[in-house]
Amino acid sequence: MLSAHNLLVRRGRKTVLADVSLQLESGEVLGVLGPNGAGKSTLLGALCGELRASEGNVLLDGESLDRWSGTQRARRLAVLPQVSTLDFAFRVEEVVGMGRLPYQSGRARDAEIVADALAAADVGHLSGRSYLALSGGERQRVHLARVLAQLWPGQAGQTLLLDEPTSMLDPLHQHTTLQAVREFAGRGAAVMVILHDLNLAARYCDRILLLDGGRPVALDTPAQVLRPESLKAVFGLEVLVQPHPERGHPLIIAR
Amino acid sequence: MTTLVKPRGLFTGLILLCLLATWLSLALGPVSLPLFDTLRAALRMIGLPLAPEGLEQAELILGQIRLPRTLLGLAVGGVLALSGVAMQGLFRNPLADPGLVGVSSGAALGAAVAIVGGTFFGGLPEWFGPYLLSVCAFLGGLGVTALVYRLGRRNGQTHVATMLLAGIALTALASSAVGLFTYLADDATLRTLTFWNLGSLNGASYARLWPLLIISAGVALWLPRRAMALNALLLGESEAGHLGIDVERLKRELVFCTALGVGAAVAAAGMIGFVGLVVPHLVRLLAGPDHRVLLPASVLAGASLLLLADLVARLALAPAELPIGIVTAFIGAPFFLYLLLRGRA
Repeated sequence: MLSAHNLLVRRGRKTVLADVSLQLESGEVLGVLGPNGAGKSTLLGALCGELRASEGNVLLDGESLDRWSGTQRARRLAVLPQVSTLDFAFRVEEVVGMGRLPYQSGRARDAEIVADALAAADVGHLSGRSYLALSGGERQRVHLARVLAQLWPGQAGQTLLLDEPTSMLDPLHQHTTLQAVREFAGRGAAVMVILHDLNLAARYCDRILLLDGGRPVALDTPAQVLRPESLKAVFGLEVLVQPHPERGHPLIIAR
Repeated sequence: MTTLVKPRGLFTGLILLCLLATWLSLALGPVSLPLFDTLRAALRMIGLPLAPEGLEQAELILGQIRLPRTLLGLAVGGVLALSGVAMQGLFRNPLADPGLVGVSSGAALGAAVAIVGGTFFGGLPEWFGPYLLSVCAFLGGLGVTALVYRLGRRNGQTHVATMLLAGIALTALASSAVGLFTYLADDATLRTLTFWNLGSLNGASYARLWPLLIISAGVALWLPRRAMALNALLLGESEAGHLGIDVERLKRELVFCTALGVGAAVAAAGMIGFVGLVVPHLVRLLAGPDHRVLLPASVLAGASLLLLADLVARLALAPAELPIGIVTAFIGAPFFLYLLLRGRA
């Protein structure tokens, strides 16, 4: 279980993230929203140990993050960065298979898991293709499959951090991807996902953290966070919020 | 682009190629031995009494000249190709070359100091004389690489891009220092220096061979253990870190193995270009980028191709001998251009 206490991150003299305390709960999808430069990726970087917090600390299973050995940490915490650069012609299933690096689960079991993860990210049909021959959105889904394989099948105590996993996806795959993430969380893992689409966040997240200028503005259920006043204050965007006609979650419409 | 060859087929082919190259390298030269005599003499030398007597001359040529030269070629080719894989992994770029971290230019500087300044090392013991050049080249390569690595480090992290730039700057600096030594050299030392810079397997001796064989074997045994980590590194440094790899340690190991391997190869055989760049590339085209295959296959391919290049160097103008660096550049540079143009199409 990943938790952060009073995180403060400075870049040079500028404070880019402050006053963040949060606990990622088992089985829950936590969405992070905020305008460009609000500190979303900084938060993710600090939570996974890539950025050192100037103050505060990050605990994984009650133990400070940097005290975990690489392999033990990798079995509990997987991270999908915003963009991945891979310039070598690995086959799709080889890329996803790299997610099994922290384990010695054997070739047969790894192949099963890779197949399951590929199916979950809806890239099973790309098996055998060269990674370099894929489109941007396909590559993004292959990397999602890789981090899913790293924690597969997903259980309580594991954490998945996703930085804009839908940024390059077509409308259908934005939904199937977040649906897959929800199902993954349903097996017990905690998920934090950075999103830009308010309606996707409203539909798939259990809680939403709204960031502005490096500080948390709200951390609550979508219905509580996604209100016209707070969206106006943070994004400067005039919106109407109505319940979704079929599902009931908030539906955000720009005015 | 999918792989053309299955690993099993690739290794079978490469082992056969390597054996063939070794056989030819033992047999051919200014005094060419019949191929079957070579085989029988070689078998006798490793203790298999299958062959009749009367091959003393062949055994002498093999043992004294051809065998050390062949072993030198195998080790140099293998370790240069391995270092190429290590650097292409470190810089996550299939067009990286071992020279990028300054090891070759450092070795060249060390060699220039030894060749031109050799007369000033008057106080050295007599027996050390023949090794002076190799030792200076090795230490030069190691020293410049250590400096490049040091310059790339900041806040306990190695910045690969900074290392790349530091490598370019120090290579330029070392080249100008070599230029200064060239200017100061008299005609005889100038010739030695020039030929050393073109590389040669000529004059191989067991005494100079052992250090290289030990270092090459060490590097060839160590790097494949890190094959999976190298695969992960190609995803990106932070991605590899999230997969549990100690990335700083891995980078240190890659630089260290390259410095040792290329330093020892250059010290023993002079500057031989393009092997480290082209061989891994070629293997990747055949078998894909997985380091579990790429590393051992590059050793075999590098060793075989360098022996074949050496055969060309020996036979093209026989009885005179071409520097092998000329041969590898003549074959390697157009091939490299072909790869560039092919990738653009």
